[in-house]
Amino acid sequence: MNMKRYFKDARADLLTYAGVIIAFLVISAMKGNGMLNRSQTGLLVPICCYIVMAVSLNLTVGILGDLSLGHAGFMSVGAFSGVITAMGLMNVIPSAPMRLALAMVVGALCAAIVGFLVGIPVLRLNGDYLAIVTLAFGEIIKELITCLIVGVDSKGLHVIFNVNGSKTANDLTLLDGGRIIIKGAQGATGTKTIATFTAGFILIMITLVIVQNLVRSRHGRAIMAVRDNRIAADSVGIPVTKYKMMAFVTSASLAGAAGALFGLNYSNLAAAKFDFNTSILVLVFVVLGGLGNIWGSIIATVILYILPEALRGFSTYRMLIYAIVLIVVMLTTNNPILKNYFASLRSKFGKNSEKEASAS
Amino acid sequence: MKFLAYLVSGISLGSIYAIIALGYTMVYGIAKMLNFAHGDVIMVGGYISFLAATNLGLPALLSVLVAMAFCTVLGILIEGLAYRPLRSAPSLAVLITAIGVSYFLQNAALLIFGANPKAYTPVVSGTLKLFGGQLSISYVSLVTVVCCIVIMLALTAFTGKTRMGKAMRACSEDKGAAQLMGINVNRTISLTFAIGSALAAVAGALLCSFSPTLMPTTGSMPGIKAFTAAVFGGIGSIPGAFIGGILLGVIEALSRAYISTQLSNSIVFAVLIIILLVRPAGLMGKRTQEKV
Amino acid sequence: MKKSLALILALTLVFALAAPAAFADGTFKIGGQGPLTGGAAIYGNAVMNAAQIAVDEINASDSAIKFEFQAQDDEADSGDKAINAYNTLMDWGMQILLGPVTSGSGITVAAQAYDERTFLLTPSGSSVDLIADKDNAFQVCFTDPNQGIASADYFADNFAGAKVAVIYRNDDAYSQGIRDTFVKEAEAKGVSVVYEGTFTDATSTDFNVQLTAARDAGADLLFLPIYYTPASVILQQANQMGYKPTFFGVDGMDGILTVENFDTSLAEGVYLLTPFSADAEDARTQAFVAEYQKRYGEIPNQFAADGYDAVYIIKAALEAANCTPDMSPADICEAVIPVMTTLKVDGVTGEGMTWAATGEVSKAPMAIVIKDGAYVTP
Repeated sequence: MNMKRYFKDARADLLTYAGVIIAFLVISAMKGNGMLNRSQTGLLVPICCYIVMAVSLNLTVGILGDLSLGHAGFMSVGAFSGVITAMGLMNVIPSAPMRLALAMVVGALCAAIVGFLVGIPVLRLNGDYLAIVTLAFGEIIKELITCLIVGVDSKGLHVIFNVNGSKTANDLTLLDGGRIIIKGAQGATGTKTIATFTAGFILIMITLVIVQNLVRSRHGRAIMAVRDNRIAADSVGIPVTKYKMMAFVTSASLAGAAGALFGLNYSNLAAAKFDFNTSILVLVFVVLGGLGNIWGSIIATVILYILPEALRGFSTYRMLIYAIVLIVVMLTTNNPILKNYFASLRSKFGKNSEKEASAS
Repeated sequence: MKFLAYLVSGISLGSIYAIIALGYTMVYGIAKMLNFAHGDVIMVGGYISFLAATNLGLPALLSVLVAMAFCTVLGILIEGLAYRPLRSAPSLAVLITAIGVSYFLQNAALLIFGANPKAYTPVVSGTLKLFGGQLSISYVSLVTVVCCIVIMLALTAFTGKTRMGKAMRACSEDKGAAQLMGINVNRTISLTFAIGSALAAVAGALLCSFSPTLMPTTGSMPGIKAFTAAVFGGIGSIPGAFIGGILLGVIEALSRAYISTQLSNSIVFAVLIIILLVRPAGLMGKRTQEKV
Repeated sequence: MKKSLALILALTLVFALAAPAAFADGTFKIGGQGPLTGGAAIYGNAVMNAAQIAVDEINASDSAIKFEFQAQDDEADSGDKAINAYNTLMDWGMQILLGPVTSGSGITVAAQAYDERTFLLTPSGSSVDLIADKDNAFQVCFTDPNQGIASADYFADNFAGAKVAVIYRNDDAYSQGIRDTFVKEAEAKGVSVVYEGTFTDATSTDFNVQLTAARDAGADLLFLPIYYTPASVILQQANQMGYKPTFFGVDGMDGILTVENFDTSLAEGVYLLTPFSADAEDARTQAFVAEYQKRYGEIPNQFAADGYDAVYIIKAALEAANCTPDMSPADICEAVIPVMTTLKVDGVTGEGMTWAATGEVSKAPMAIVIKDGAYVTP
């Protein structure tokens, strides 16, 4: 770690912050002037959520180097705990932004706890075995939440774990004026949507501060040492499990916060939403953006999330086209000839593209 | 008797997982990649044998052969177009491409065959009834178990004894060294995909005979379950895939019968996690010593 | 990496900007929303195909009201995809929403449409939560509780003393909703439920365990409040086991005979409660079924029928409220809501359908039984 490298990293980090802030200001201005149509406006909050998901998953996959196929599970934990918090405290805290902030904190905490519990067995494994166990946890979390029935009334929170399917929301025996928050298979129903684009922006900034500072810190270098060679890291006295857990739990809690924001953006949300496919979706963002490349994750998320929406004009062909684009992008970005071509372009333009070189 | 009946249905389900897992593990063992599109090749195999049987009126066995031929070509095409250019790329890039192929096959099937389900005519019909009808075993399950065992033995013999098989194992150990020994790595991996996809067609016909509803998404969930089964048994190990598949089916059926139908999937996954903690490379997997 | 991403970004923007957003004159814009891709695509496509037929019929007739119709895909998602599809339709200039097709996305979209005052008529979103506390949301299909109660009542009247087993999908609000009210009503009516088994989307290929358990519990009547796709698997696997109870389905069971290559002998004697029968003899149904078959090569199921009726209900409502195509979605919404409760519409899913202010439809569910591969009244 020489000084030159340090300044380069710091510059890249600052550029990422600046990029996000500028994008936020531009989009807010466009939104304020009515330059965005409804569908574009509607995409803003989910894009923010998925950016946080992608950046946090990048921490596990790109920086820690462990393939996780169950990231949506943490989002799910955050979403439902966040919704319970926000809806449960409706009468106690009238201010919506306050409740939203609190919901995201609770979502992050719950996801961190689950992440810790999941991490104990998961982080003892390696490679594809680790991947399948994270997939398994994602599915287990989904099924457990499908069994939850939660309601709130003046006496507090009522929770039923509907393990044999015979319970219904009526069994909560809510007092008058109580409300049902989660209704088993139907998920969170009747949620008041309080998520905002500004909250999404703040969450992205917090995520970036946490992730980038972690990566550049002593801990971050230890985590990357574990990724590059676990045994060598172990032998020089780096506590491998501790650092793996640190990265994994941080990643889970950020996903939880994103989940809370996501959950509070829709009045109905079923646990089935956060399935294997959602985990894969986020993984695709991370891989296309470049492993370990935070800025790349952000760009890839924005583009790939908008893509299926932009392809609506092709009606039933759109998902087919999406699949083709995915394959073609993977092939071209990994094509040695094209790679060399870009490399030669870079050397022509010299210094300016150093950041890109580290990106690809 | 009740227990026996549940056990039999578990083995029937498990044999389906096992036959899919065999294809998964074969490709993984040689090409070292998670072919997430395998489940969708199974779906294609199901559709082709369905069309051959209903539209062309071919007998069941012949329709499966047609599907095998089609899937073999499809497998080689997928490998050549989507995976071969990524041979030197990071494994995650290949994984994402496989997911892209999976989306592609599903959506292409949706456009070609439509969203409406098709009822697959089982390749063999009828049921073996024992103990005065108390215990029934469908012939489909018997055929599946027999197919699994035959395929397992054939694959083991093929990779162990033949020249091509040895070349495959060499590629699996070290692609670079295999190339230096005069083995055509690309052709060997192509062949692996050809065999894996032909197996997928067989698995597709049997899956659809067992659960006779054919839709563009038919292959995806059984694909994930079979992937789990393959990991269970130790991914890359051929007998492991068979044992893993059967065990997974039995655990799923018994937990559905005695614990909870709601959480049967969770219980399966929980058992998987426990097994992997005790044996981190699966039941039959080789524990490789890492070099420092 | 960056170059290719930039290229995609550019393309994306081109497509995003190319989306047209203008009010056409003289025609009402109906937006259809439902799953057109993914596992639930059968339902969305059926509704949209049939709605297109109805729109074309109306446009070809001498009706004063003409329609423009666009369908958007929500992949049966309850979160972002549902809202994205709805927003896309609103950008297009949609004045009335025909949809969403599924309950999950329906609840999400109905809440937003309620806040923005857009009128919506869901063809098949049967959850009570979809219409609860929303004056702008109406249904063409029965609500889930309605079906559960009707089934239990039918059992009490026609299968007295039967031992009932229920197999339902517990990660699906539709199935769980019917089961909940069914079991409650069954208890009240003295119908004995001896076994309940569940499955999820992930375990919908194997029912041997549930069927064995139901048989061992002595069930002679199997209630299946599920869609016909898993139901066809249950019929097949029960047949293989040699287990022959009386099967009883609800509206989701309709369509089982339209599954290509389905061995209809398996469905022999299956009862179902459905508002629509493709074999009905009235001219309206026959014309609809013939046209649907001509265009799409399939026999329409109940989802298609609901979609077809939905267009005619919207037309009747617009006529009764004297709406004109230049009105905004909110104006149409306020004008149509009061007239909905006064309407009486004849459609392929029922004669003389009327609506309560809650949005619930009132029509008679009829029990029919499958005989020789066709629906007959028992």
